[in-house]
Amino acid sequence: MAHDTSFTDQEFKVIGSRPVRPDGVDKVTGRARYGADASAPGQLVGRILRSPHAHARIRKIDTSRAEKLKGVKAVLTSKDLPDLTNGNRGNYDILENCMARDRALYDGHAVAAVAAVDDATARKALKLIKVDYKVLPHVTDVDKAMESDAPIIQPHIKQDDKPSNIANVSQFGHGDVDAGFAEADVIIEKSYKTEQTHQGYIEPHACLASIGPDGQGELWVTTQGHFTFRNVCADLLGLDVAKLKVTSSEIGGGFGGKTHVWMEPVALALSRKANRPVKLVMSRDEVFKASGPTCSTSIDVKIGAQKDGTITAATATLRYQDGPFPGPWGMLGAMTSWACYDIANVKAVAYDVLVNRPKVAAYRAPSAPMAAFAVESTMDLVADALGWDPVDFRIRNAAKEGSKAAYGPIYGPIGIGATLEAVKNHPHMKAKLGKNQGRGMACGFWFNFGGQTCVDLNIGIDGTVNLTMGTVDVGGARASMSLIAAEELGIAYEKVKCNIGDTASLGHNDTTEGSRGTFSSGMATIFAARNAIEEMKRRAAKGWEIDVEDVEWKDGAAHAIGVQHSNLAPLTLEEIARKSPTTGGPIAGHNESVTDGAGVSFASHICDVEVDPETGATKVLRYTVVQDAGKAIHPDYVEGQFQGGAAQGIGWALNEEYVYGEDGRLKNPSFLDYRIPVCSDLPFIDTQILEIPNPNHPYGIRGVGETSIVPPLAAIGNAVSNAAGVRLNHVPMSPPRILKAIKEAQTAG
Amino acid sequence: MLRVSLTGSLCDATDGADSIEVEAVTIRELLRKLVERYPRLQTHIDGGIAVSVNGDIYRDNRDLAIPANAEVFLLPRIQGG
Repeated sequence: MAHDTSFTDQEFKVIGSRPVRPDGVDKVTGRARYGADASAPGQLVGRILRSPHAHARIRKIDTSRAEKLKGVKAVLTSKDLPDLTNGNRGNYDILENCMARDRALYDGHAVAAVAAVDDATARKALKLIKVDYKVLPHVTDVDKAMESDAPIIQPHIKQDDKPSNIANVSQFGHGDVDAGFAEADVIIEKSYKTEQTHQGYIEPHACLASIGPDGQGELWVTTQGHFTFRNVCADLLGLDVAKLKVTSSEIGGGFGGKTHVWMEPVALALSRKANRPVKLVMSRDEVFKASGPTCSTSIDVKIGAQKDGTITAATATLRYQDGPFPGPWGMLGAMTSWACYDIANVKAVAYDVLVNRPKVAAYRAPSAPMAAFAVESTMDLVADALGWDPVDFRIRNAAKEGSKAAYGPIYGPIGIGATLEAVKNHPHMKAKLGKNQGRGMACGFWFNFGGQTCVDLNIGIDGTVNLTMGTVDVGGARASMSLIAAEELGIAYEKVKCNIGDTASLGHNDTTEGSRGTFSSGMATIFAARNAIEEMKRRAAKGWEIDVEDVEWKDGAAHAIGVQHSNLAPLTLEEIARKSPTTGGPIAGHNESVTDGAGVSFASHICDVEVDPETGATKVLRYTVVQDAGKAIHPDYVEGQFQGGAAQGIGWALNEEYVYGEDGRLKNPSFLDYRIPVCSDLPFIDTQILEIPNPNHPYGIRGVGETSIVPPLAAIGNAVSNAAGVRLNHVPMSPPRILKAIKEAQTAG
Repeated sequence: MLRVSLTGSLCDATDGADSIEVEAVTIRELLRKLVERYPRLQTHIDGGIAVSVNGDIYRDNRDLAIPANAEVFLLPRIQGG
């Protein structure tokens, strides 16, 4: 059965089919090996001592009693992690986050570590370490951190030559917003807040580290980017990159949180000091406190529009907290905030702000969901004020090919208009709503990108194929790459076995982030397969004793072309492979490249909710995701990404929240008190895949992993606001916040 | 001659200039000539930068031949999840 792409007339034989995933059986039978599942002879258990204070000077750490405890093989403080960063401030920040130096910067900041023969001994040793703290004033709220009298988190960061918690100010936009607002018939201005959330991956951070006395090391780790981990760990510890082999385990979720190192350099340093392998696994408490959640934010949005539905001007001021180290998060919020729309006069100003919370990490389309919540909520308010249908209002202003994006470039072929038209015509939009029920919709954008990629394709003696890739499979890449290799080679999907290579077996591969995996590795796989095909054509030509120019590859076999060769029967891939020992040896294809040119991605979501006016509880009744995939290689996985993003967004919108006490300590570091959605909280999430090909990819692939989390906060916010009859402007829209909003509206009359 | 637009914090390194004319064939040549004129841009390039050429974002491909009259934007490097 062929699977064609109507936009480009490409016809595929296996791309677009839905075969069984190659890692599925291992995962459902418990045979898959995750970060905590590796062991080594003589391994020790690592444990980390963490600060109980949000902000404190470390006057002294006494490790002497812990060192004397029987079974303790190494105790580590920042003195064992000297600064080798040579002025690279980014690397220094990573080092300081892995192990506090003179100050603890948040509740949960690592201050010391031990390696012992078992977990009980390691825990006992932690209790014997005495840390002399001088508690300092702290700040955990993004708006308060910007005030002039706020405690300073990083004294070297300055604004106007004065120490400041504002690490970066970014501005994007074009046109004259004052002139644009002057032309508007309606202007709506609104402020929003979103609370900090964690990616909530089920598998905690875990690794097994080993460094021998010869300076050679190995790291088995759950990660989204083992090549990046290798480079960072080698830099921080003064190791040769080539002497540290990093192997990525199966990954139980990452969503951006496993793009950064957290305790892996500590595990390696413990191993080096103890001269034994060290296994280090975070508890859930540690994952919440000391790995990277996303930002909390405070955002102001202003939109002006005319009666004909044209937005004449739009501005956003975005304040994102980064934890105690600068990041690009506010900047990304500003860049994505207005990306769905074609606006003549637009401006977004972002502030990246430091606070005493954990270092922020990427979370699936980082920073975009919060900006979309503010923008898309205000879009609904403007549409309502103008008397426009919210979908038609967005279609009226949607960006299209040739539109100048608010963050700068002019768009090529894009899918925002198509997703909106699909939403407008979707049966979901026509379904009737009951009492206390409301419907909302919203749009979202993510950039997608490519990057450095390297794959090896080796053809076995029996005609089966080993494909080794270096981008970690977090969302089905092995299935997708097997499909692509099968498509190019003209063989069955089941004939291809895709593996993730360790850092010693391939050239550098960038981290699996930015929705780059299928785009990048897919392109490299196509070219590697084509290289192998060229070699197989040469082998066939050699056997036939004809020119290689007279050989073509079709349907998994070499064909001699031309009437003079009509007596030569085609040679299948398997036949060529079996003869390979005597025709030149192994047959392989290889590709290394920088796969830039990823196409941007848009999605539009629809959501129905029911709000209980007595309790403020919200039930999501129906949810639909419409997104442009460019080309869906394995549609099950694409739909899974759409559904996964929506599910995480629903949790973020309604329940998930880091709750800090007045003492600056995290009050809910467990899944009992930090409530992610479970199956009974969710409806079946419907999906509609659009395929508007990316012209920069041979198959038209765009990334699909991140955009699906961008619209949910706003779609649910609009639905809840319509159901409750009052605008919700604070995420999560938990029952107490909804009740408060309802009561305030009733009081106001 | 290319007209290169800059956004975000990059303008701080160009004394506020958000549009610069440069004669360049590839991204590599473009960046080299921009640094010759605005040395403080080197810090941003070392820290990570992206170049948008006719709407497509290039993070690492410095050998890309920039078409004549292309729309070129310098952007901060993007991170993803």
